[in-house]
Amino acid sequence: MTTLPRTTRLAPIAALLTAAALLTACAPQEEGKTSAAAAGGCAKGALATKKAGTLTVGTDKPAYDPWFSEDKPENGKGFESAVAFAVAERLGYDKSKVSWVVSPFNKAFAPGAKDFDFDINQVSINAERKQSVDFSSGYYDVRQAVVALKDSKAAGAKSLADLKGVKLGAQVGTTSLAAVTDQIKPTAQPAVFDDNDLAKAALKNGQIDALVVDLPTAFYITGAEVTDAKVLGQLAGTGTGAAAEQFGLVLDKGSALTGCVAQAVDALRADGTLAKLEQQWLSDAVSAPVLK
Amino acid sequence: MTTGTKELTKEYRPSERRLAREAFRRRRARRSVLVAGASTAVTALVLYLVVVNSPGWERTRETFFNLHYARLALPEVLKGLWVNLTLMVVCGALIVVFGLLLAVLRTLRGPVFLPVRLLATAYVDFFLGLPMIICLLIMITGVPALRLTGVTTDPLVLGGAALVLTYSAYVSEVFRAGIQSVHPSQRAAARSLGLSHAQSMRYVVLPQAVRRVVPPLLNNLVSLQKDTGLVSIGGVIDAVFAAKIITSRTFNYTPYLVAALVFIVLTIPMTRFTDWVTNRMNRRQLQGGAV
Repeated sequence: MTTLPRTTRLAPIAALLTAAALLTACAPQEEGKTSAAAAGGCAKGALATKKAGTLTVGTDKPAYDPWFSEDKPENGKGFESAVAFAVAERLGYDKSKVSWVVSPFNKAFAPGAKDFDFDINQVSINAERKQSVDFSSGYYDVRQAVVALKDSKAAGAKSLADLKGVKLGAQVGTTSLAAVTDQIKPTAQPAVFDDNDLAKAALKNGQIDALVVDLPTAFYITGAEVTDAKVLGQLAGTGTGAAAEQFGLVLDKGSALTGCVAQAVDALRADGTLAKLEQQWLSDAVSAPVLK
Repeated sequence: MTTGTKELTKEYRPSERRLAREAFRRRRARRSVLVAGASTAVTALVLYLVVVNSPGWERTRETFFNLHYARLALPEVLKGLWVNLTLMVVCGALIVVFGLLLAVLRTLRGPVFLPVRLLATAYVDFFLGLPMIICLLIMITGVPALRLTGVTTDPLVLGGAALVLTYSAYVSEVFRAGIQSVHPSQRAAARSLGLSHAQSMRYVVLPQAVRRVVPPLLNNLVSLQKDTGLVSIGGVIDAVFAAKIITSRTFNYTPYLVAALVFIVLTIPMTRFTDWVTNRMNRRQLQGGAV
């Protein structure tokens, strides 16, 4: 055993310290805290956005009809695309000043810096979620509906009790899933899908008897995508107006824009714009019988 | 060792030199334990300080280390774990059988077996290259679309089948490596004793081959254990997906962490077992001990 020269013996310690120094060096920078643009005022077109002068809006990909159209949120077609542009206009950003980014549902609520100013992705507002993100006021009152193939054993269901014994499906992260477990309470464990396409495939294949989705999506599925399916009915909502379940725009927790965006949504509701857009893009979603 | 007629009257006393050597070794061992401990402590401290002093730590702690959500998630995650464990046990058994069968087919000798060898090789190549998730999608959503009578549409069974298809290819390669690592002289000796090809495979080659590849097989089993969760694309709720359901409802990531811990806890005994098997085999191969 020869003793190594001192330098070699100290090498690992030096290496450790260097690594520590590097780690500390690459610790994240303090996020730039933007004070509310002209505190209290929502200066038109000059808010503290991610990129000065433009409003960045996030949504998932694929963006489903009837909320978006042709998977192109930037074309202004589809209810949510239209709402996003209407909100932007209220805030003083015209069409050319709005840029879209892809923000998967799962990433939209992760802590850390967001790459959008607000996100529009059929996200329902609830108290638990408010601890992680900010929401604008609701821009759409959600009602859940049940879709089944015309020849499935769920097709004749007239009430919630008739749905207890069938295999139900819903999409993860949606309130449709909550509706299944809280309102229908089926005997079999519901199937839960990562996205809408997988859920529709399972419905077509008969791997589930019925699918629970929001009403506009239900009518879109039966009208355009799975034509041998029908809407059995809608589930009794929790209420109307503020008490109803609502979709809201998602903003970073403590974002400087939350107040202004919420004001814009309220104004759009007050002047009838939201109702008009709903009429234009979701008019198929006429009411369906309520399953009690 | 022969003692002859010499009697060992004196009891054994270790020499001074030996005692010194042992004392020196003990000192070395103590020192290395101390150094290792200190270096680990320093590393842990640095990591801890970096994490805790980062600007986003407060929010990260609320989002990833929230006891309330951990309590909420644990029963759901454990319920989902049944799916993982069932798949792991059932598929694991089938995979070993199919993998071994494929490996044996690929090592058949003689020109008459060419088509068998070709088919087995084509199968292995195809499933080695096919991404797991695509295999699962084809099985779970493609097969039921064919509307074959008598074929199940249960996503759990179809997903399990997809796992068996893919993993059999991996495992067959492991077995084949084992078979080829048995020295040709073993086979030659077996044949010269009058054993047929089948008998020499059964009694001489395969026992040695299988023993040699136990560690990589167990690695594959651990990997399978984690891949069972992919079956959730068919709507089956496994441990990870159960966590995802809660996370996407509440926007809190703690359930994922709970699922991760559950899987790690499950994997640790398996990897220890692998180590134990490997060590035992090494000891056996070094009959008479290491020099």
